[in-house]
Amino acid sequence: MSLEFLIASAIGVLVAGGVYLALRARTFQVVLGLTLLSYAINLFLFASGRLIVDRPPLYAKDVADYADPLPQALVLTAIVITFGMTALTVILSLRSFLESGTDQVDGDAALDEDRIL
Amino acid sequence: MTALDHLAIAPIVTPVIAAPLALLAMRRRRWAGVAISLAGCAAMLIAALALFAVAQDEMIRAYPIGGWPAPFGIVLVLDRLAAGMLVLAAILASAVMGHAIVTGADRRGWHFHPLFHFQMLGLNGAFLTGDLFNLFVFFEVLLIASYGLMLHGQGALRMKAGVAYVVVNIVGSAIFLVALGLLYALTGTLNMADLARRVAALGGEDQALIRVAGLLLLTVFALKAAVVPLHLWLPRTYAATMPVVAALFAIMTKVGVYAMIRVVPLVFGNGAGAAAWVPAPWLLPAAILTTLAGFAGVLAARALREQAAFAIIGSTGTLLLAISCWTPATIAAGLYYLGHATLAGGALFLIADATLRRRGQYGDTIMPTPRFAGQDSAALLYLGVAIAIVGLPPLSGFVGKLMILHATADAAWQAAIWWTILGTTLIGVVGLARSGSLIFWKRADTEASAIACPARSPAEFAAPAVLLALLGGYTVAAGWATEQAQAAAAQVFAPSRYVAAVLGPEAAR
Repeated sequence: MSLEFLIASAIGVLVAGGVYLALRARTFQVVLGLTLLSYAINLFLFASGRLIVDRPPLYAKDVADYADPLPQALVLTAIVITFGMTALTVILSLRSFLESGTDQVDGDAALDEDRIL
Repeated sequence: MTALDHLAIAPIVTPVIAAPLALLAMRRRRWAGVAISLAGCAAMLIAALALFAVAQDEMIRAYPIGGWPAPFGIVLVLDRLAAGMLVLAAILASAVMGHAIVTGADRRGWHFHPLFHFQMLGLNGAFLTGDLFNLFVFFEVLLIASYGLMLHGQGALRMKAGVAYVVVNIVGSAIFLVALGLLYALTGTLNMADLARRVAALGGEDQALIRVAGLLLLTVFALKAAVVPLHLWLPRTYAATMPVVAALFAIMTKVGVYAMIRVVPLVFGNGAGAAAWVPAPWLLPAAILTTLAGFAGVLAARALREQAAFAIIGSTGTLLLAISCWTPATIAAGLYYLGHATLAGGALFLIADATLRRRGQYGDTIMPTPRFAGQDSAALLYLGVAIAIVGLPPLSGFVGKLMILHATADAAWQAAIWWTILGTTLIGVVGLARSGSLIFWKRADTEASAIACPARSPAEFAAPAVLLALLGGYTVAAGWATEQAQAAAAQVFAPSRYVAAVLGPEAAR
């Protein structure tokens, strides 16, 4: 199996799981879904500089073959932002749960009763 | 570089300095924090006006940050469109800030002033940047600040709406990153000027992917602009947050529209081969639906803030009707309407705030109440702002809609556009007249409970009155404003000048 197939299918599986979870009705699952989605996006961004194995991410005169460093910088920025956003969503969901007494995304407690946790 | 060149970064640096200073001063002396915040707003307005004056000479200026040459470093680009948006944002921000201080909205939580300035940092940066990834970063900055502002004052309802708002925007950011990844994989650059060049030179096998990237990018901008079917987050958020924050958010939907105007003619313009104008067939029907949904919401709304939120959707839809024809004349008409719609949307939220603060337990529900203090001033201002936002003469909404009708007279979808604009104007008039007469005209039954509300200062009417006066000035100066809009649209439709300004004259060929 080629590296390309492996990365592509990993991104696909992560996106599928992320979208499924993000569409759920409870905040915890939505947060997990968004996290999976962001993993997929980071992998995707990383692959946008082409998949090159075992090469330095630097340009120098004596280096003929090098990995594109820019996507790595982009991924770093994206990771930092996603990390902050995930923390915010967790806090927000907690506050919302504590204030409204339900962890439904739309805050409707009536939907809550006949469901199993 | 002279000091004048460095002025281009002033709208970004000013809030960066003002926000932490206000945060530090707030702990010891409240008045000092407020003074720093006000000074920051004033400095931002002055810088924006100065840049607007600088941009009058038709030159497009690139400001390489840190002296790194494009496309390797990040550039800020100042042209007429960016300068106009900066002025618009600074004016709205000053009015909103004044209203927040007068009504004491900034005292409902700890960090109103720092968050406000970080919000302005994101807005100004998004208007100035010439790099797509940098645009993403500034979008994140303005979104993160907006999460804080939106939740300012707290409360269960606001928390619930906040969760939905944050989740929707995180998904939007994810889609933005996918589009950026695709564009980078195809072209090897994210500098907008460089992208314009490389998309035009792209080989045949990549055309399908570049179209996908363009449409994904447009989806993100449409989400920010609250275009149907991506508008559902807006009414809930704007109606749940404080009206003064919602008034500032009136410019947030316009950021999405600005990004479309900036990116589509430049990167996906005439030179882009098979990807040329790739969003055009999708945007126009969506704009028609947006206008209809917005004004239908104005008619159906049960509270003033909800109505104002739908009015913002409707006016953004009207604006996109003009933009999505993608000709210089329609973009010019759209840009004039954009300035009007931003100020009018902000004014509508501010007058809703002043009204609901006087109605005690009745809040902003559209129903008759016993007479409340300051009813006459509120009613007059509401009348003026309603006339402006729905587009009746004599205010600038009428001029703007007339210009859009005129500019789309030979468009392919002319009949649909005209019917939509004229029909929704009628719906909007009915909706706003209904709420105005129920709130300000009709008296409640005698058994209705008296309003329990502390006395409010008449100074609360100042900010909406100032915005209304500005709208009046915008109407009187419509000739001058139209010339400005046409010049800005002409620059937007000359992408080679943008490329030459950023990458040097030999790159534009």
